[in-house]
Amino acid sequence: MNLILIALSAVLVNNIVLTRFLGICSFLGATKKSSSAIGMSLALAFVLIFSGVLSYSLYFYVLVPLGLGFLRLVAFILVIASLVQFVEMFIKRFVPSLYKSLGIYLPLITTNCVVLTVALDVAAVNGVVPSYDFVTMLVYVAASAVGYGVVTVLFSYIQERMAVNNVMPKAFQGPASALLVAGLMAIAFLGFKGMI
Amino acid sequence: MKKSSIVLDGIFKNNSTFIMLLGLCPVLATTSGISSAIGMGLAMLAVIIVSNVSISLIRKIIPNEIRIPVMIVIIATIVTVVEMVMKAYLPDLAANLGTYLSIIVVNCVIFARAESFALKNSVLDSLLDAIGTGLGFLLSVFVLALFREVLGTGAVDFKNFVNGETLFKFRIFPQEYAISIFVENPGAFLMLGLLVALITFLIPTFTNLKQKRAKQEAQKSLQANLVKEAK
Repeated sequence: MNLILIALSAVLVNNIVLTRFLGICSFLGATKKSSSAIGMSLALAFVLIFSGVLSYSLYFYVLVPLGLGFLRLVAFILVIASLVQFVEMFIKRFVPSLYKSLGIYLPLITTNCVVLTVALDVAAVNGVVPSYDFVTMLVYVAASAVGYGVVTVLFSYIQERMAVNNVMPKAFQGPASALLVAGLMAIAFLGFKGMI
Repeated sequence: MKKSSIVLDGIFKNNSTFIMLLGLCPVLATTSGISSAIGMGLAMLAVIIVSNVSISLIRKIIPNEIRIPVMIVIIATIVTVVEMVMKAYLPDLAANLGTYLSIIVVNCVIFARAESFALKNSVLDSLLDAIGTGLGFLLSVFVLALFREVLGTGAVDFKNFVNGETLFKFRIFPQEYAISIFVENPGAFLMLGLLVALITFLIPTFTNLKQKRAKQEAQKSLQANLVKEAK
């Protein structure tokens, strides 16, 4: 039950894009076409799960026992950057068809703040004990990826429709109307607030 | 390039928020009130100044192939220091900003300035560029937060960064008339969208005005010359 609550809260209530304002660059930048939005979300989900597991283990099994907890920001960003490189090389070598569809989105993920924030979230402590145990952490990370994917793909469908029916005044064309649409989506997601 | 134009370009012409639309996460997340917005702007200003200067100082010894990891480590170290200092001396502000302070590390504005300016220019120019870009960021979060807080609560409430007490409060219109959606999450997107639209609307109008004025002045001087010649 607790796991379901964590998952629902990460997908709908505390949605990582619309409520916590993370990953806005890719949310606005990579959503002109639904195919690129889907590619971006899949690549992000892939990296997010690995980086969540790695940062969690690194923080609680290496940094904290050594008394180096304050170095977590430097450690996590290095883990994420090298992980992205590694995933890219691995996919290129073993799953070339996947590389063709995800390849260009992977390097962008290094500077996607979703990955770093989720890594920092799973390394949160409640006193001295970790706030998430390993399974809860996995659920939370996967749910964050789903939350990002749902919103990004929905948003890209709206953007596609808007590109066809161009009725916006000149000043609102481009980023301004995209931001307003995101605002309306955020109002819709505000409705989930009472759920938990 | 003139020194003053480096600073002014960073503030207005290449404004990171309203013109380039870069690094919007902290812009949207910390602008529900002016005090957290100013705090975020100052933290950003500090980080960008130190990172631009230090990257510019070592720009000749960074091998080109590994410049991105080098920049990441430098910026992450600076942010860690700023975060620790802020937690020690400004605890209330640090609690308000939360993880948005840590994720300055992956802010594209800082990367863009380091990559496109500090790696190629002298230390003084990089310092000026950082001051311009940082002030531009501070100005834009302040403007956005001012609109959101005034429309959303009807008042401006500036809090002390150390203990969170209200330093001064200025009520513009009664709370009953406030549109509270603007201080909630969707209001950030809506207000930023409206301001971006306003600015894209104003820029051509301004440049048209400037051109018109220049034309008029040219005509005037031409007429004056003609009159002189006639005399």
